[in-house]
Amino acid sequence: MWTVVACLIPPLLLSVFVFGIQVLLITAVSVASCVAVEAASQKMLGRRVTVRDGSAVITGMLLAFVIPPGVSPLLPVLGAVMAIYIGKHVLGGIGYNIFNPALLGRAFLLATFPVAMTSAWLPPLKDIAVFSYLGEGINAVSTATPLAVIKEQGMAAFTEMFGSGASLYSSFFLGWRPGCIGETSGFLIVLGGLYLMYRKYITWHIPVSVIGTVALLSWIFAGDTYFTGDPLLAVLSGGVLLGAFYMANDYVTCPSNKISQLVYGVGIGALTVMIRLKGGYPEGICYAILLMNAMSPVLDGWFKPRRFAPPVGGGR
Amino acid sequence: MTSLLTFPKGGVHPPESKAQTSQLSIESMPVPDELELILGQHIGAPCTPTVAKRGEVNEGDIIGEVSKGLGVPLHSPVAGKVKDLGSSAHPMRVSSPSITIAVNHEAEPRRYQERDWHSYEPKELLGMVKDAGIIGIGGAGFPTHVKLSPPPDNPIDTLLLNGAECEPYITSDHRQMLEYAADIVEGAKIILKILGIKQCAIGIESNKPDAILAMTEAARAGSTADFSLSVKALTVKYPQGSEKQLIQAITGRKVPAMALPSAVGVVVHNVSTARAIRDAVVLGKPLCDKVVTIAGKGIARPANLLVKVGTKISDIVNYLGGLKPDLAKIVMGGPMMGFAVSNLEIPVTKTTSAILFLAADEIDTAPHSQCIRCGWCLDACPMGLEPKEIAIYVEAGRPQDTAQFGVFECFECGSCAYVCPAKRPIVQFVRLAKMKAKR
Repeated sequence: MWTVVACLIPPLLLSVFVFGIQVLLITAVSVASCVAVEAASQKMLGRRVTVRDGSAVITGMLLAFVIPPGVSPLLPVLGAVMAIYIGKHVLGGIGYNIFNPALLGRAFLLATFPVAMTSAWLPPLKDIAVFSYLGEGINAVSTATPLAVIKEQGMAAFTEMFGSGASLYSSFFLGWRPGCIGETSGFLIVLGGLYLMYRKYITWHIPVSVIGTVALLSWIFAGDTYFTGDPLLAVLSGGVLLGAFYMANDYVTCPSNKISQLVYGVGIGALTVMIRLKGGYPEGICYAILLMNAMSPVLDGWFKPRRFAPPVGGGR
Repeated sequence: MTSLLTFPKGGVHPPESKAQTSQLSIESMPVPDELELILGQHIGAPCTPTVAKRGEVNEGDIIGEVSKGLGVPLHSPVAGKVKDLGSSAHPMRVSSPSITIAVNHEAEPRRYQERDWHSYEPKELLGMVKDAGIIGIGGAGFPTHVKLSPPPDNPIDTLLLNGAECEPYITSDHRQMLEYAADIVEGAKIILKILGIKQCAIGIESNKPDAILAMTEAARAGSTADFSLSVKALTVKYPQGSEKQLIQAITGRKVPAMALPSAVGVVVHNVSTARAIRDAVVLGKPLCDKVVTIAGKGIARPANLLVKVGTKISDIVNYLGGLKPDLAKIVMGGPMMGFAVSNLEIPVTKTTSAILFLAADEIDTAPHSQCIRCGWCLDACPMGLEPKEIAIYVEAGRPQDTAQFGVFECFECGSCAYVCPAKRPIVQFVRLAKMKAKR
C-alpha cells in the first residue's frame, strides 16, 4: 500500500508546481479526513482500527487528485465521509466495498457542489511561482478544462486556447494544463504505473484495455467524420491515465480474473468515450469506472479461471 | 543437459532454505528407549494390533494388520516388549490409537541377506511390497501395492520417480538420491517389472545438481535392454513435486480432475518409496525407518536423521542437543504443506519427511485480515481454482457451496496462502470446506 502512496507523490509535487501550494492543502485535508473517518468508522462499528495499512491514505490522496485545485478545502472533508464511511465501512469494510471509495466521494461532491466541482479550475502557472496564489486568494475562476472547452466551445476554440501539434501534446503529457489536482501529469502517472507493474502489484490488463479502448473509440468517433478523432488528445486531456492506472485497478472493486479484467477495462473505455461524446459531462471516466465496478462480480462469475484439467466426461 | 521442464500454470517461488541440511550426510539416530507406532500410518483402514500387551516382539515382526479394506501391515522396528496398546498424540487427529514398544537394547540387530529378485514373478514382487508395509512415503501415505495394481482398462506406459523435493527446508530425498542412487534405480526397476513396462523418468529440481548427476549415472548404469531409465531436470518452482504438476512437466499429459495418474498411463512414486521397495524386495526388510530432515533456527543441531518409525519428537530434540530459545513454531512436514504441532510427544510415522523447528523470523505471525480480492491467489493456484472465493464462503458459513470453486480439486499446496497479502489461512479454510461440504 505504501508503495502506491509513494508512486502518487511525484504527480502531487508536480501539481504543486503547476497549480500552486493550494493543492497541498487540499490533499492534506483530504488524507487527514479520510484517515480520521476510517478510524472513527471502525471504532463506531466495533472493528479493528486498521488506519496504519495505508488504505485510507491512498483513498485520501486519490480523492484529492480527482477534484479541481480551486475548491474550498472543506469539500474533501465531506467527500471523505462519503468515500470512507458510506462507500467503504457501511458496506463491510475493506474488501467488501462495491465501488471505488475515492470516486464515490467525487461523484457525491459533483452532485452536491456542481458549480465548484465543474468550475474551480486554475490555469497552470506560466513559470515556477509556487506561492503566487497565496497573496491573491483563490477565487479566480479563470479557465476551463480542455475537455470542457472541446465539449462546449468546439475544437477551434480549443486550438486557440491550448495550441496544437507537438507542443500541445508535450505540455499536456507533462502536466501543464487545467484539470483536477492529480490527473494532469500523464508522464508521472504512467511512470508510477509502470513501476507498480514492475513490482508486480498491478498487471497490464486493466490499464492497457482502458487506455486502448478510449484511444480507439475516440479515433473512430471523436472527429468530425469517422476515423478522424485524435486518440492521443483523448488519452491526455482528461482523467483517463489516472483512472486507468490508479482507480480502475483498485483490487477490491475490479474483477480478479484476467479475462474479466480485460472486459472490464474495455467497458470502462467505451463508457468513458460514450459519456464524453454523448453525455452531459465533458469527462466520463469517473462514472465509467463506478458503473463497471458494479459489473465486477458479474464479470468474475462469467469468466472463470481455466481449471488444470476438467473431470473425465465433462461436468461433475 | 536439455532445457528444464516445468508445469505452465501458477506456482510460487518461496525461499528454498535448504542450505542448512543439504550438505549433511544421513545420520543414524540411536534407538530411543520407547517407540510409539500409530496404527493408522497410511490412507485407508487403520491396522488392528496382532500383539498383546506385555508380549515379546522381534525386529521386523508384524504387530498390526488390516483385515479388510485398504491397508498394509505394520512391523515392529525393534526387538522389545509391547508396553501398551493405547494412544499417541497426533498432529491432526489430536490423538490416535497406537502400540508402545519398550526397546530391548540387548537384542542383536536383525541382519538382512541380499537376494536376486529378477527370477520372481511380478505378482510375487507385488506381494513382497505389500507385506513390507510400504506406503507412499513422500507424504500422501497411499498403500504402494495399490498404486502398483492399476485398473486393467488403463494401460500404463511410464513410471515417474518424484525427486523434485520442492518443499523448502526438506533435504531427505536429496540426501537419499546422493547416497543411495543405485538402490533407488534398483527399486525403480522392480516397479517397472511389476508394472510390466520399460520406461522410467526421474524428475529432480535443478537446485540439486549433485543429485541430478548421481541419479543420471545410476540410471545409465542401471538401464538394460528391458529397462530404460532417464533423469529429467525440472525448473525450481513450487509445487513442482505435486503429482499432477510433475506428470504434466515431464510427459505433457494432464490428469483429469478427480482421476488418478493411471488415467493418463502414468504411475508416480517418490524416490524414497522406490528405495524402500528395493529394500523390501532385495533384503526382505520391512519399512520401519525413515530419513527425516530436522531443520530450522530453533534446533541446536540440524540434521538428516535416519530414525525408527515411532521415535518421538522429544527423543530427536534430546539427541540433537535441545531447542533454542527463539523457537516459535514446530512443523511436521514442509513449511508449505506441513502441520504445526503443539506437542513434543508426537511420534514419527512412515510419511514424516521433516520436522522443522522454526524461529520467529522464519514464520509469519501477522494476523489475517479480510480478503481484498486482489486475485493473486488465482494466479498462484496451479490447479486454476478460486481460492479466495472458497475462503470467503467458508468464512461466511457456507462451506457447502464451495464445490463450484473447485475445492475438491485442491491438493492443499498452499501457494495461495503464500502469496496472500492479507495473510489469510486459505488452506485451513479449504480443509474446513472439505470436511463440511459433501461431494
